[in-house]
Amino acid sequence: MAVNRPCGTFNENYAKDMAIVRTKFQWGLVIASLILLFALPSFCSSLVLYLVNLIAITLIAVLGLNILTGYTGLFSLGQAAFMGVGAYTSALLTTYLGFSFWLALPCAGLSAALVGVIFGLPSLRIKGFYLTMATLAAQFIIPWLFIHVRPDLTGGTDSLLVAVPTLGNIKFNSQASMFYIIIPTMLVMLLFAKNIVRTSVGRAFIAIRDNDLAAEVMGVNLFKYKLLAFFICSFYAGIAGSLWAHWMRAILYEHFLLMQSIWMCGMVIVGGMGYTVGAVFGTVFIRLLDQFVVYITPVVEALFPHLVGSATAAVGPFAFGSVIVVFIIFEPRGLAHRWEMFKASYRLNPYSY
Amino acid sequence: MISEDKTKLKLDDLYLSFGGLEALSGVSVDVREGEILAIIGPNGAGKTCILNCINGFYRPQKGDIFFNDKAITKLASYKIAELGISRTFQNIQLYTGLTTLDNLMAARHIHMKPNLLTGAIYFGWEHAKEIQHRRVVEDIIDFLEMEPIRDKVVGSLPYGQRKRVDLGRALALEPKVLLLDEPMAGMNVEEKEDMARFIIDIFELRKIPIVLIEHDMGVVMDIADRIAVLDFGRKIAEGTPDEIKADAGVIKAYLGEEA
Repeated sequence: MAVNRPCGTFNENYAKDMAIVRTKFQWGLVIASLILLFALPSFCSSLVLYLVNLIAITLIAVLGLNILTGYTGLFSLGQAAFMGVGAYTSALLTTYLGFSFWLALPCAGLSAALVGVIFGLPSLRIKGFYLTMATLAAQFIIPWLFIHVRPDLTGGTDSLLVAVPTLGNIKFNSQASMFYIIIPTMLVMLLFAKNIVRTSVGRAFIAIRDNDLAAEVMGVNLFKYKLLAFFICSFYAGIAGSLWAHWMRAILYEHFLLMQSIWMCGMVIVGGMGYTVGAVFGTVFIRLLDQFVVYITPVVEALFPHLVGSATAAVGPFAFGSVIVVFIIFEPRGLAHRWEMFKASYRLNPYSY
Repeated sequence: MISEDKTKLKLDDLYLSFGGLEALSGVSVDVREGEILAIIGPNGAGKTCILNCINGFYRPQKGDIFFNDKAITKLASYKIAELGISRTFQNIQLYTGLTTLDNLMAARHIHMKPNLLTGAIYFGWEHAKEIQHRRVVEDIIDFLEMEPIRDKVVGSLPYGQRKRVDLGRALALEPKVLLLDEPMAGMNVEEKEDMARFIIDIFELRKIPIVLIEHDMGVVMDIADRIAVLDFGRKIAEGTPDEIKADAGVIKAYLGEEA
């Protein structure tokens, strides 16, 4: 968009016009922030690294959900279950079949993607809330399967221990070492997500979201592309699930319940549906909010001693719920839209146009 | 005209009804190569129904549609688009969240052969493809004089310009037959003149047959080579503009009978 271009920078060819990073200054910023990011483990405590890893893994799943919900307009409440499929696939492959983590990671993505496609099949016939209900079915069926099908392998309602990823002699068994697996994976997935939505596949998704009738008349095979959106969405979930399993080193069906799916939908909404950068903002914002709640809860307990135990447990859901409501009312386009407005006003300063 | 009798698109005895309402009853129309065919008729005569049948939105209960002598009656809409039939809509159906440029790029879908893997990697092959199709789209933007709105989100554009984007999107498909559903509805005189100019230019530059549904008789009589007149789902007349002007049945359908 023209208004978002740095002042005085003109695009002399189409390649320049399509670039994500436009100026030398922006390249400098990107490289500096990447260096800073990769240097984090050298000066941050493992608690901070835990949070960064958690955000990065969640971000991968949310990026996938954003492609399905934000770009293709299909609302899904099953993302946590698909993440669970990836986590259990990865755990079972490494534990029982002796796969290395590096091979199990893409396998986890693919198996989650296939399950996602199966639950995406109704999307040709049903739309909107009804499709959401169908994905809700996935969210209930899949964890049930984790518990009841072969509990001897999955551990049933007990947790399943997962092997530590290794590469040669290096064991990835700390927050800092897992950081170097999780963050590069996240960056690659982020770049892929951005590239998918700015090329022809992504335009077909947006066409379906904005006007599915016109999209079909213009040659988009609706069924194929809706399934493709489900495929991508749950592939991302599967990758996130595999990382989750090897990062937590023990998985339990409770990690992949409806509440987690709703949190991820909340991240997409708060970040801004249909913006790749929105997924980043939303995930960071909600995860930090969650962390903030952890700090604020003792304060609330000190203020209202008679509520300890019962109401203070509700601080988290309460904060989450009110943030969603506030965003839907005051900024339905999410933080990403605020960011666009900020960039535009910064660039045009001191003029307002 | 290239040749009089080379039929590009043939509608053969179409019947379409919704419950008890007969929308089309026995309509046969030929669209020949190198002509602008106008379909006119009073409101509710079934004009848009014909386009919707060609597009595969509606399935006629009886009758067949042939494109280049191949039956397309039962094909899915996207398959019909792949054969090269493109249309605009009476009540503009754009991708409202995309810019003008991206709306046209999205219409290059059937030519771009999207691939998830190369798209995700982007670097190299996909990049070259984007630029190649961008050139085609920029030519259309240039042709329809849409440069000022290239980067505007179409949801924010005024009606007349959205109509133009709709036409541009239909062109980006590189159609072999172009169907225009009331391209001039709700426009002022200048916009109508522009649109008529674009239609004639498209016809002369691309040498494709155009099917035009329009209520503005002045425009229809000026630019159409042949006119088919519908009334209550039946074709009541077909011929050159001069023949239609003199046809008693047409005058009756539009003006009613003398008491």
